[in-house]
Amino acid sequence: MATATRDQVAKRVEDALVEFGADRDAISDEATFETLDIDSLDLVELAQIVEDDYGVALTTKDLEGIDTVGKAIDLVVERVA
Amino acid sequence: MSRRAVITGVGAVSPLGVGADVLIDRWSAGECGIADGLGRCDDFDAVELLDRKLARRSDRFTQMALVAADEAIAQAGWGGGAPLAVERIGCVIGTGIGGIGTIEDQHDVLRDRGPDKVTPLGIPLLMANAAAGAVAMRHGLKGQCFGTVSACAAGAHAIGTGLRMVQYGDADAAVIGGTESALTALADAAFAAMGATSPTGISRPFDARRDGFVMGEGAGVLVIEEEEAARERGATILGRLSGYGATADAHHITAPEPSGEGAVRAMRAALADAGRSAADVDYVNAHGTSTPLNDRAESAALATVLGDRAGQVPVSSTKSAIGHLLGAAGAVEAVATTLALARRVAPPTVGWEQREEGLDLDYVPDLGRRLPSNGRPPVAISNSFGFGGHNAVLCLEAT
Repeated sequence: MATATRDQVAKRVEDALVEFGADRDAISDEATFETLDIDSLDLVELAQIVEDDYGVALTTKDLEGIDTVGKAIDLVVERVA
Repeated sequence: MSRRAVITGVGAVSPLGVGADVLIDRWSAGECGIADGLGRCDDFDAVELLDRKLARRSDRFTQMALVAADEAIAQAGWGGGAPLAVERIGCVIGTGIGGIGTIEDQHDVLRDRGPDKVTPLGIPLLMANAAAGAVAMRHGLKGQCFGTVSACAAGAHAIGTGLRMVQYGDADAAVIGGTESALTALADAAFAAMGATSPTGISRPFDARRDGFVMGEGAGVLVIEEEEAARERGATILGRLSGYGATADAHHITAPEPSGEGAVRAMRAALADAGRSAADVDYVNAHGTSTPLNDRAESAALATVLGDRAGQVPVSSTKSAIGHLLGAAGAVEAVATTLALARRVAPPTVGWEQREEGLDLDYVPDLGRRLPSNGRPPVAISNSFGFGGHNAVLCLEAT
């Protein structure tokens, strides 16, 4: 399994969100997916990217309650560790 | 008297460019947008014309419908919001196939990388009703909304269905049209396998040398409004969508019924719906695919409908300039016909040179011509026929 620092994961998540259409300047740990106009379909795509890059499989259940960028990054970092 | 519909906005994406004016300008000048045997929309850049999020959440057929709808809605003056209750605005966008590009791409993903890697956007990208739903969402249209699926008649069926909504009183306005983007390896191979597409890559409807259709992509959208309300609000009226007729051949899954009997009934029904007769027709926008069978059967049908005036009424095919846009064809052709009537011109069947025995109509060669003035606004019919034996005909009028 790959290892990754929080900064590396944060950068990868940010790039993915921008690719999904979010405004890069609006992205922060505190930003909610709702304000970024990121919906459940985007989060499934994000989970696919995380699995490709870090070998971590996230299920829909894992993503329940993940409503901010920071929580998503923390979840990935925790699973990679 | 039943409620009537006027056209207050048109939009198009076609191989002649992005926009309705460029379509009619270039077609009227005898230009052709086909290159290397395909009618691609090379100018179309969805990220630039829409935005990144909407572009990546839409298959190309939906992207094109969104851009054509934006143009039509802006022209209708709805840019700052519709001037009537959104619950009273219908939205019907037809397509022949839907998101076949997405289907092929995601099938590659499934085969090469497994089911877990198929995109969660797959279904909303590929579903044939995606364009209708996306246009309604973008403009907040909350009346009846769905797609029509009838191969190459889908765009005309969508427009006719929208007309019925307004005539019947289910809606006071409708955003209606067709879209298609199926220039993919699978569609190309499948149409070629059945011998439908031109091996020479030349679209020359009604010409003796024609050898099949040339596939194109694009979208056409019209905004129609109930006439009294449109006039009351001072809308700019581009023309009238006055009639619709639709029938089935019930003959063969792809070949047209040779006498064109089903097409004749559809044309007569559209004219009757408009309160017109064949004697009123000043221009025919033909289905004219450039296949041997269609152009022969359609010519026979038009000869029956036009009677003594066959040979005098100009008949031309937009497909000579852009190829066959399948489910978008009827809609892009309705847009082109609306503008041709407004300008009082019959655009040409580009490249028509050699007459075939039995195809005896006036196919408008060279650069087209002005429609003669006869003391009233000109009237046209626009034909669309689809695999499956579907016939849909629209009656359009200048104002």
